[in-house]
Amino acid sequence: MDQIRHKVAIVGAAETDDLGQLPHMSRLALHAQAAKNALDDAGISLADVDGLLCAGAIPNEVAEYLGIQPRYIDGTSVGGCSFMIHVRHAVAAIMAGYCDVALVTHGESGRSGVDAPRGGSASSPGGQYEAPFAIGGAPTTFSIPVLRHFHEYGTTKEHLAHIAAATRAWANLNPMAMMGSHRRAPERGGGPITPQDVLNSRMICYPFNLLDCCVVADGGGALVLVSEERAKDYAKDPVYVLGAGEAAAHWMVSQMRDHTTADGYRIAGEAAYKSAGLGPQDIDHCMFYDAFTFTPLMAAEDLGFVPKGEGGPFFAETKTGPNGEVIYKSGPGGDFPMNTNGGGLSYCHTGMYGMFAIIESVRQLRGECGDRQVPDVNVSMAHGPGGMFASAGTLILSNA
Amino acid sequence: MADYAGRLPVATPESQPYWDGLKEHKLMLPTCDDCGPHFYPRPFCPMPKCFNWDIKWTEASGKGKVHTFVISHQPIPPYNTEDNPPPYVIAVIELEEGPRMMSNLIMDDPYSTTVDMDVEIVFDDVTDEVTLPKFKPV
Repeated sequence: MDQIRHKVAIVGAAETDDLGQLPHMSRLALHAQAAKNALDDAGISLADVDGLLCAGAIPNEVAEYLGIQPRYIDGTSVGGCSFMIHVRHAVAAIMAGYCDVALVTHGESGRSGVDAPRGGSASSPGGQYEAPFAIGGAPTTFSIPVLRHFHEYGTTKEHLAHIAAATRAWANLNPMAMMGSHRRAPERGGGPITPQDVLNSRMICYPFNLLDCCVVADGGGALVLVSEERAKDYAKDPVYVLGAGEAAAHWMVSQMRDHTTADGYRIAGEAAYKSAGLGPQDIDHCMFYDAFTFTPLMAAEDLGFVPKGEGGPFFAETKTGPNGEVIYKSGPGGDFPMNTNGGGLSYCHTGMYGMFAIIESVRQLRGECGDRQVPDVNVSMAHGPGGMFASAGTLILSNA
Repeated sequence: MADYAGRLPVATPESQPYWDGLKEHKLMLPTCDDCGPHFYPRPFCPMPKCFNWDIKWTEASGKGKVHTFVISHQPIPPYNTEDNPPPYVIAVIELEEGPRMMSNLIMDDPYSTTVDMDVEIVFDDVTDEVTLPKFKPV
């Protein structure tokens, strides 16, 4: 099972020039600009790309738009973790010789809706068995498992609120983060927040208040992957794929087998650990997709960082810093550095955020993160769900 | 009823008996002789080791428990009018027969909903053609 370990590397990773409200850019233009930035980051020409993987677009759409004719394509589009799965598939494709330079692209006009496809037929299972009950997108469905977890394990809204506060503290150190102090004034909701601020914010869908929910943005991101043999030929230090996993657990959240456990997380996580030959104790830094505060809590439990049911108290643990400041478990200075870009909660969330989680893992492993750089990051995990805990993708990445 | 604003399901050939049953105020579940009933309707038993295509329709009791729920404050049709404002409850109901399904709870106070609360079905004839299975506390 260790055949894929250290065989393929990410040599380019970048977002679009800006993130947030980009009404002047369409979905495909976001794919293309992200591709340009990732190729520039690697120092590779678009002409060298012979493998294309994307979500939220048919590979042919993106290939034609870019003007390339790749000999390997993958259009796996299963939500936010599609890009973790793309990296896994790119590893296999490069190892098999199906392509030499794989480009993974994401572009989504999640806020402005410029060529944003609206999904769902009224005859699909979701259209028949969930939509008629006034489902209104992710806040009303990603929230569905939460109260069962509260009921079985005593998890509370206060616990979850600590995750939002910790993640905002990272955003305040990232100039690109939409809700961070660099980009958004306090009177518009930017800058530091406390757990109490989360609980006091407007109720969206109980148990989620506004600050339990991710931002809604336009943006994109892209990655470039090559084989380990060529990985040192490019502009930046390579980031190697040590392990990867994926899974499809269900589709409709009402049909989730156990609302307190993400089966997909477990399946994907086990495969990632097995292929890397590593366990949770070996991971220095985590990017756990956070569409809502509850989402990374499930990851910490189902990926083995904390026993099932203990995620709430784990994340709510705080200590006091040298200047009397509160240090959150998963925040700057905490014992469990997580979502260090500011997360979907406070940095950017286009709809399929997983790409940005991978980009941040790459940057932390390269040591490019400036004020938010976590010391001694050699192994990073980027993990996410697709849909409402429906699918999952896990990557274990390393700089050595 | 003709101006119902919520989203309406459109049956497929495989699910038509389920929606026809609701119209007659019966909750019909596709049932395998060996494995029992399942939700949502498929023309086979969705237990991978069974995958039996001999399915019968059986009537459920309409009783169950709230497995988990949320209280939406979003003004989503039909919960977007003065007469029928948010908040409203979206719940996953665990039927007495075992399968789980999404629904709405009819509650005077949405915040009095609790996990594992006993509920029973209410047939909501939202249009002349469509009846939605909703639930209320017992």
